[in-house]
Amino acid sequence: MSEAQPKQTAPEAPPSDERKRVEHQGRRADTLSASRWGALGRLGETRHLGLVAALVLLTIIGLLTRPENFATTANLVTILALASTIGVITVGMTFVIIGGGIDLSVGAVMALASVWATTLATQSYGPVVMAICAVLVGTGAGLVNGFLISYGRMVPFIATLAMLVAARGLAQRMSDRRTQLVQPDNNALVELSTTRVLGLPLLVYIFAAVVVVGWVILNRTTFGRRTYAVGGNPEAARLAGINVRRHTMLLYALSGFCCGIAAIIIMARTTTGSSTHGDLYELDAIAAVIIGGTLLTGGRGTIVGAILGLLIFTLITNLFILNGLNTSDQLIAKGLIIVVAVLLQRRSLEART
Amino acid sequence: MSDLLIMRGIVKQFPGVRALDGVDLEVRAGEVHCLLGQNGAGKSTLIKILAGAHRPDEGTITFGDGEMRASGPTDAIRLGISTIYQELDLVDGLSVAENIFLGHEKASMGFTRKGETNRAAQVLLDRLGHGEIRPSTEVGRLSPAGKQVVSMARALSHDARLIVMDEPSAALAHDEVGNLFRIIRELTAQGVAVIYISHRLEEIREIGDRVTVLKDGRTAAVGLPARDTPTAQIVSLMTGRNVEYVFPQRPAPRAEKGKEVLRVEDLTVPGVVAGVSFSVHEGEIVGLAGLVGSGRSEIIEAVYGARRSSGRVLLDGRPVRRGSGTDNAVRLGMGLAPEERKAQALLLDESVARNITLAGLTRYARFGWMNRRKEMAEAKAQVEALDIRPGDPNRPIKTLSGGNQQKAVLARWLVNGRRLLLLDEPTRGVDVGARAELYAVIRRLADEGIGVLLVSSEVPEVLGLADRVLVIREGEIVHESDARTLDEHQVLGLVMAATSSKEDSGE
Repeated sequence: MSEAQPKQTAPEAPPSDERKRVEHQGRRADTLSASRWGALGRLGETRHLGLVAALVLLTIIGLLTRPENFATTANLVTILALASTIGVITVGMTFVIIGGGIDLSVGAVMALASVWATTLATQSYGPVVMAICAVLVGTGAGLVNGFLISYGRMVPFIATLAMLVAARGLAQRMSDRRTQLVQPDNNALVELSTTRVLGLPLLVYIFAAVVVVGWVILNRTTFGRRTYAVGGNPEAARLAGINVRRHTMLLYALSGFCCGIAAIIIMARTTTGSSTHGDLYELDAIAAVIIGGTLLTGGRGTIVGAILGLLIFTLITNLFILNGLNTSDQLIAKGLIIVVAVLLQRRSLEART
Repeated sequence: MSDLLIMRGIVKQFPGVRALDGVDLEVRAGEVHCLLGQNGAGKSTLIKILAGAHRPDEGTITFGDGEMRASGPTDAIRLGISTIYQELDLVDGLSVAENIFLGHEKASMGFTRKGETNRAAQVLLDRLGHGEIRPSTEVGRLSPAGKQVVSMARALSHDARLIVMDEPSAALAHDEVGNLFRIIRELTAQGVAVIYISHRLEEIREIGDRVTVLKDGRTAAVGLPARDTPTAQIVSLMTGRNVEYVFPQRPAPRAEKGKEVLRVEDLTVPGVVAGVSFSVHEGEIVGLAGLVGSGRSEIIEAVYGARRSSGRVLLDGRPVRRGSGTDNAVRLGMGLAPEERKAQALLLDESVARNITLAGLTRYARFGWMNRRKEMAEAKAQVEALDIRPGDPNRPIKTLSGGNQQKAVLARWLVNGRRLLLLDEPTRGVDVGARAELYAVIRRLADEGIGVLLVSSEVPEVLGLADRVLVIREGEIVHESDARTLDEHQVLGLVMAATSSKEDSGE
C-alpha cells in the first residue's frame, strides 16, 4: 500500500565510492522506517498534513469566534462523544471501502441493534447481555450483507441498500415505532457515558480502542494486507491463492460488528434504543473515509485519515452550533469540504506520479 | 515514393527522465515502417507525440506538406494520423458502427443517423476485407481480431494517411496475424503509411519494408531494409551487445525422469477442453503449444482451480480441490504467472516487496500478526536472486519494466517453495534482452527441481525453452514429443492442421 512506499523524490546523486553508497542506502532505509512508525509519525506524513492543517484551522476559528465556550472541557467531551458513534462505524467502513466495497446499511444496522438490545426481553438479562446482543445483531446483519455480496454476487451498493431499508423496517416492527428506554436496572450501560476517567467518558475510550485495534489489524496483520490486495486487484488476489469471497464476507461482518459497538455507544449516550437512530450515518461515515484519502475504487486508504476526516466534520458541526448558525448552512459547508478535499487529494496524487 | 512524415531531433523531457534525446524518423507514403526498441527505449513516447498526446520539447515534425503542430489528439486525427493502441480503446457496449464513428458521429441536429452510420461502417469494413462483421454487432461480442478490424476501420473513417499500430499482434493467434497482415498490405497499396511496432522479429521481416531502431531515447539506425538486415545486427543495435544464446542450455538428458509432480487425468472443461491427460516431472519444463482458443490457457486455469472442470488433478499424488477457488492449489504447492500481468497478477499501487510476498503472507505471520522485518528480508533476497532492477524493494511496482514485473511475479511463488509453476505467456510485452534473462530464470528453477508447465503463443519460445512439447488443438492433445525432435514448421503444421482442413471442407 502506498503508505509504505517511499515518497517520489528527485533522484539523489549516488555517491561514487562503494562504502559511501552502502551508508547512503542505510540512511535512507532508516528515514523510511522512522516515517512508518506509529500513528504519530503518520500524522506528520504529507498526505495527512492537509487534514491536520484543516483541523488546526477549525480550532483557531473556534477559539476566535467563541473563546468562552469552545476551549472548555465540556465542549471537548461533547465533540468526542459525538464523534465516537460515527467514529466506530467509520473504522468498519474504512475496511469495507479499502476492500473495494461500500456499506450503506451501517446507520440502519446500528438502529436495529439498539432496538434489539433494548427490548424488554433482552433487557431482562442485564447490561452485559444487552451489549453482546447489540454486537451479535450487528455482526449478523453484516454477515448477511457479506454473504449476498460474495456468494450471491450482488453489487455491494444494492445489497447494502436493501439491508438499509429492511433493517430500518425490522427495527420499526420490533419497537412498534416507539423509543425504548434503557431500564433503570441496566444503568451500567448508561454509565459508559457518565463515568469519566481522566475527564473523558468511558465511551470515548471504547472509540479510541476500536481505532487502535482497527489500525493494527489494517497495518500489521495478514487480514489487513489481504484487504488492500482484495480491493486493489481482486483477480490478482484470487490467483495468488487468497480466498477473496471469504475475505469480502469478513469485511462486511467486521463493518456490522462495528455497528454493534456503535449501538452500545448510542444507547449509553441517549439511554434509548430507537429505529430512528443513526439516520444518514452511512453518508457521514463514507464522507469521512473519502476526506481521509481513501479511494472509493479500493486498494488505498488509511484509518488515520478517515478519523481525521471525521473529526473535521464533527468540529464543523460543533462550531456551527456554538455560533448559533443555521444547520442548512452547515450542510452546505460539509458538501464543499468533501469537494475541496477530493480535489486537493487528486492534485497531490498526480504530483506524486 | 516521397517522405510522408519526417521527424528530426525530437527531444522530450519528463521530470527526472529524458525520454527522447534526439530521435529521427522518416516514413514514406505506402510503406510499413517498423519501430523497434527495448522497453523504455522511447517508443511509447514517440507514438504519443505523433498522436498529439505529448508535445516535443525540441525538434521538428513535417507531415505531408507542412510542419505538424498538433496541440491535442483531435488535431493529430484531423491531420490524418491515427493511432491504434495495444489496449484497443473501443467501447464494448456500443455497436461496431457506433465505435467506428465515435467522436465524429454521423448526425443531424444532435440526433444520430443510424442507417447512414451503419452503411458507412459497412463500406469501411468491406474495404478492409471483413464485410462479414455486421455494423450493428455489439463490439464486446467480437474476438480480439475482430476488434482490431474495428479499430482499423475507425482509423480509416478519419481518412488516415498514417496509422500507428502498437503491438497489434500481441493479442492475436497465428492465423489471425496473417489476416492482419493482409489488411495492412491492402492499406499500404492504397497509399496509407503504417508505423508497426512489435517485439516479434519474424513479423517485422514478413510485413515490414524498413526498420528504425530506437535505443535509450535515440535513433540507433534509420531506414534499414526489413527483410535483409541480419537479426544479429538488429538485436545488437537494440541492446548494444550481441545476444548469442537467447535460450539457456538444457541439462543433459537423464536416463530416468524425476519424480512425477503433476498428474492430470481426463481433464474436461465443457466445450473447451476434451479430456486431456498428461504429467509433469520434477525439473521438467513442459510446453503447451496451440492457437488462442485451442484450450491451452483453459487447461492451465483448470489445473490451478481458477476454472470449473471435471477429471482428476494430482499434485505429488494428492488430489487438488478445484472449482471453488485457487487456495487449495496454492496450499499444495502450485503457482501461476497469469497471462495478463497487470490485470491478473499485480497490485499496481503497491511496492515490489508487497507484490512479492502477496501469496505467502502466512509465512511471515503468527496468528495473523505480520513480521514485517522477515517479510522485507525475504523480498529483498528474491529481488537480488532474480536480479530485479531497480533493486529497491520499496519501489512502486508500476515503475518497473515488463520483464522486471514478470520476475517479481515469479519471485512471489519462489518465496514459499513451489512444486509446480504454471506460466501463461511469461514473456508477453517483455523486450528481447529481458526475455533471455527470464528464460534463464525459468530454466534455473527447473534445474532446482520445480516442475514447469508453460503456455506460449510463440512456437520458438516453446521449442527453445521446454523439454517436452504437447500440441493442443481444439481442446485435445494431438501430439507429444521431446522438444529437441521438433522444429517450428512441424509444430505450426500440427497446431493449424484442423483449421486448414476445415477450410478445405468448406465450413
